[in-house]
Amino acid sequence: MSAAAVPSPIPSTPAAGSGEEAAGGLYRDAFRRLRRSPTAIVGAVLVSAFVLIAVLAPWIAPYDPTAVDLTDIRPGVFPGPSAEHLLGLDQLGRDELSRIIYGARYSLLIGVVSLSLGAIVGLSLGLVAGAFGGWVDGLIMRLVDIMLAIPSLLLAIGVAALLGPRLISVMIAIAVVNVPIFARLLRGSMLAQRRSDYALAARSLGVSRSRVVLQHVFPNSLAPVIVQGTLALATAIIEAAGLAFLGLGSPDPAVPEWGRMLAETQSFLASAPLLALWPGLAIVLSVMGFYLLGEALREALDPKLRR
Amino acid sequence: MTTATTPRDAVPGQLAGEPLLKVRDLTVTFASRGRRAVRAVDGIDLDVAAGSTVGIVGESGSGKSVTSLAALGLLGKRGVQISGSVHFDGADLLNMPDDELRAVRGKEIAMIFQDPMSSLNPVLTIGRQITEILVRHRGLSKQEARDEAASLLQSVGIGDSVRRLRSFPHQLSGGMRQRVMIAMALACAPRLLIADEPTTALDVTISAQILELLRTLVAETQTALVLITHDLGVVAGLCDTVHVMYSGRIVESAPRRPLFAAPEHPYTNGLLASVPRLDQPRGIPLLPIPGSPSDTLPWAQGCAFSPRCTRREDDCLGGPPPLAPVGHPAHLLRCMHPVPTGERRV
Repeated sequence: MSAAAVPSPIPSTPAAGSGEEAAGGLYRDAFRRLRRSPTAIVGAVLVSAFVLIAVLAPWIAPYDPTAVDLTDIRPGVFPGPSAEHLLGLDQLGRDELSRIIYGARYSLLIGVVSLSLGAIVGLSLGLVAGAFGGWVDGLIMRLVDIMLAIPSLLLAIGVAALLGPRLISVMIAIAVVNVPIFARLLRGSMLAQRRSDYALAARSLGVSRSRVVLQHVFPNSLAPVIVQGTLALATAIIEAAGLAFLGLGSPDPAVPEWGRMLAETQSFLASAPLLALWPGLAIVLSVMGFYLLGEALREALDPKLRR
Repeated sequence: MTTATTPRDAVPGQLAGEPLLKVRDLTVTFASRGRRAVRAVDGIDLDVAAGSTVGIVGESGSGKSVTSLAALGLLGKRGVQISGSVHFDGADLLNMPDDELRAVRGKEIAMIFQDPMSSLNPVLTIGRQITEILVRHRGLSKQEARDEAASLLQSVGIGDSVRRLRSFPHQLSGGMRQRVMIAMALACAPRLLIADEPTTALDVTISAQILELLRTLVAETQTALVLITHDLGVVAGLCDTVHVMYSGRIVESAPRRPLFAAPEHPYTNGLLASVPRLDQPRGIPLLPIPGSPSDTLPWAQGCAFSPRCTRREDDCLGGPPPLAPVGHPAHLLRCMHPVPTGERRV
């Protein structure tokens, strides 16, 4: 249902074009601005490419990413890019392109699962703190402060070390890092929205406390959370790569994680520098995609940030 | 309940018997740790008879809004001290449990706020927001509530109301939004409507329409109206009784006619004098009240308006002047040196 398309006797906020935009229609306005932002378009293209590659990996990867073929490998010499292997072969004769493509699956999987876990727990904590305030808020926020005080990679390493090097422990580790971020963000946003005019107006009309919080305050507090979600995916990919690089990823060495691929190329850096470039590039491009999209979202959702 | 009506209680415009809303000695103090306590409302007495319209006039910070928010229990609990009493139809609002008070709010007493741009939830449709109240207070089913919401919109002058229910607030103009707020406020036929600067954020022309709408609806439904404003013009057109507030206290209160014909308090007089007039020759300088509301005294030390008052004398600083009748029996004044007839600017 588009407002502009329907002929209406009521002027549908012509003021919208003239700068001073009202808080109204937050998400719809944001989407309109998003479509016009070059940053958002570049980000969206990178993100959708990343997601498509990850999802379609079995169909688009030219080779099995774990198939070892040592016939062309000699110590210190790795066949570079060729028509058969577009990105060349790695130290075990596996097709680099296929490994990068499959690597996207792991990055996406780790990113999405850890983000969801972290967001669910963090948002629940934030919702409770923001809804009740008082000592509940104090208690939860002190807990969150403690979590925030520990450097995130260190925390992730700790959790990963505790749970052993498994994929799920990487996910939990990154989720734990995300919990305080989301809790703090939602709580702050809700506290601000609770003081808003519409919350007061709703209360003045006898709307119950829980309805004011859940129906009015909560949906309006989500804008920064959506932005943070996008940015957190980028961080999750970096952290997953970092943990894999440090050997805390999946225990199966055949699993093509980008971070591990980077780590493994270290010893061949002099003879095959390109092998380090590909996973690095993959990490940079996917992370950049989420960052650009997140930044564009932030600008779209917060009119005050626009210049 | 006993109707002990002292002369002080005899507020103009009131019928015999208990008023619908009876505020006695309402005092609101904001005290946050580490900061000086601020007494925003300082012993207000206010009566609103059923079906009457009462105006509360004052500058920003004079305590007009805080009075109504405190009466409805809408101020937070932390850092706020409220004393005095507020009775609505005999029920004590200040000591009422939260859930009972919520049942009163919206159903018996409704409020409209200053800024219609921000008083509606931007992420919910108009329909959702109106039906929410109908379901809550009148126990209607979803479908009944939608039909009722549509007819409410119709009654506040919004055409094509069934489709409008699906609109989001940002798709409506400011005047439209204020009409929606009025529709929401009147949804449950409250007996008292408190309008807190309902037209301040609107254009002059729209503002006139909204006031006219309020006047009509209030008259039709026999709803009592408390109109909070800084605009004497708004009050002149709408209110039976007017209370002028300064620095948390009522400084003058009177039925509309005597107040506008013979403003006794230098502050009221100054407010009237500061309104630019079209019938004066051009080039005549405007007459502001000197100073700002922050140039004030605690009432305990004397008249809070005295630092800005042109008629100040030494005895103005000898404690708070009492609120006493002058001339017209319903005309109350808190001033030692009222403005003489010759110097009034009306």
